[in-house]
Amino acid sequence: MTTYVIKRFLLMILTLIGMSILIFVLLRLVPGNIVDILFDSAGMVDPAQKKEIEAELGLDRPIPVQYFAWIGGMLQGDLGYSYVSELPTIDELAPRLPITFKLAALALFFSILFGVPLGVISAVKQDTWLDYTLRVISLSGLSLPSFWLGLLILMAFVAWAGFIPIYTEPPETLWDELLLYSVPAAAVGFRSSALIMRLTRSSMLEIMRQDYIRTARSKGASENAINYHHALKNAVLPVVTIIGIEAAFLIGGLIVTETVFNIPGMARFLVEAIQWRDYPIVQNLVMIIALVTVLVNFAVDLLYAALDPRIRYSD
Amino acid sequence: MANMQPEASYDAELTRAGANLDGWWSRVAHLARRFPLGAAGGVIAIVFVLSAIFADVIAPYDPLQTSAASSLSPPGAEHMMGADMMGRDVYSRIIHGARISLAVGIASTLLGGLLGVLVGLMSGYLLGWFDLIMQRVMDIMQALPLLVMALVMAAALGPSLENTIIAISIPLVPNVARVIRSTTLSIRELPFVEAARAAGMSEMRIALLHVLPNTISPFIVLATAQLGAAILTEASLSFLGLGVPEPHPSWGRMLSESAAEYMRVAPWLVIFPGIAISLVVFGTNLLGDALRDALDPRQRNG
Repeated sequence: MTTYVIKRFLLMILTLIGMSILIFVLLRLVPGNIVDILFDSAGMVDPAQKKEIEAELGLDRPIPVQYFAWIGGMLQGDLGYSYVSELPTIDELAPRLPITFKLAALALFFSILFGVPLGVISAVKQDTWLDYTLRVISLSGLSLPSFWLGLLILMAFVAWAGFIPIYTEPPETLWDELLLYSVPAAAVGFRSSALIMRLTRSSMLEIMRQDYIRTARSKGASENAINYHHALKNAVLPVVTIIGIEAAFLIGGLIVTETVFNIPGMARFLVEAIQWRDYPIVQNLVMIIALVTVLVNFAVDLLYAALDPRIRYSD
Repeated sequence: MANMQPEASYDAELTRAGANLDGWWSRVAHLARRFPLGAAGGVIAIVFVLSAIFADVIAPYDPLQTSAASSLSPPGAEHMMGADMMGRDVYSRIIHGARISLAVGIASTLLGGLLGVLVGLMSGYLLGWFDLIMQRVMDIMQALPLLVMALVMAAALGPSLENTIIAISIPLVPNVARVIRSTTLSIRELPFVEAARAAGMSEMRIALLHVLPNTISPFIVLATAQLGAAILTEASLSFLGLGVPEPHPSWGRMLSESAAEYMRVAPWLVIFPGIAISLVVFGTNLLGDALRDALDPRQRNG
């Protein structure tokens, strides 16, 4: 187990280093930097002035130097300054991260709450009308763009409730907060629950074909005992691994959903920063997203290996 | 993977099931009966492909033609699905939008798929250093969600139709590469590959003539599944303003233009483009599921 953990850990570090290089190089491919944008919008054309600002922002240094300056700063907890607001990146990100994490947690909660039980029902009632209905619903869940679902929910609120549940000011009580976040979280969670449902269903069906289930049945165990005592326990195991994929899935959904619901979280901020070529914000945010995804997957791998010893030996 | 069966087994299975395999049509009819949901998906996909191809004939208006008189006019006799702020016909824009959506979706799936097959085949066949490095590169690319990767790529490349295709195709590579690599690994151990080697065939010919053709069915299954993801990603990128630029009518951008401002007064601007996106993705997903069941019996549920 220890070798497995160390191996996984080193791979994770390697992935993160690779990610930082990739993202850094990609952002330097962008035609035009922040200075160009500022100059275009301000109508300034003096090249000397432009050079000056570039030097001030450190954009005139060679790319490897810029890269190591970024990494060095990051390791010391210094994430640089936003080009746009000129505030430290940390101060820009600090209020936004919790919002997105709360949304993601709520969405994950919704998706497990609906996904796992519905997937089990679908598998147990395989090839009945109930199974078909659930499968069509889950497939349509995967087909609806989450931003459109968000827009539809907003329209429904406008039409029937007479108000729009979008973010205007920070919520004061916990209840307000829950109310405010649960609508967008449901919009994102619907898609994710569809994914979880499909995977739970196929994992459950896989297990139900195993010999030991047949043995249990031939020994006279009741269908309920077989489904819930023998099959479900083992079927849930692979579902755990999905949570890793789910993390990536949720962040993708949140990017558009935060935009729709006007939520000042980090996902919407990423889009704004990309549009502004605000390198320090973009590269740090992308690294945070990569870190979260990689850490979740690392945790899931360890959990899975702990639960199922076969994994450690086959890898 | 070890008990791979030859291609012909599916036909044999159909015949055993009493299927009439005499003509192409009867075969299609049989498959449609056997996979009703997949057939429905196929029909949806075909309708969208046809409307993309014949957009100029089907669309009643020029999708770019503005008209002050019909600004925000609701769905009715003149404009089936209403008109937007600039008086452009929503129905015509959706029909033409199918072109963009399908072109970007199919092109990026094919490009990403092609690169993925190349990387996967070489990784699984050459192994060693190449495989090790490629595996790590794929790890890195998978550390970011599809949309985030595509967003950064789209921003890095700048807005254009071609760049949107590239931005979506690159994040699709790792999935394909992994599946093709593991398929290659299992195929290269099979007796017929050994036989080809014993007969003195060169490694290159073995890889291209024996291993590659056997990766086609997992590739088709995966590509159909990714087509939906690619179309959704294009819609999201365009919705965020980083996708296909004007003047191409894109479903995602139709939603972002209309959403915030006209949601109250012109809900048809939100409803119809969204239905178009959902329906085409739903169709490819249904088709993908059925193809997986048909071509990859090991994954079949039940």
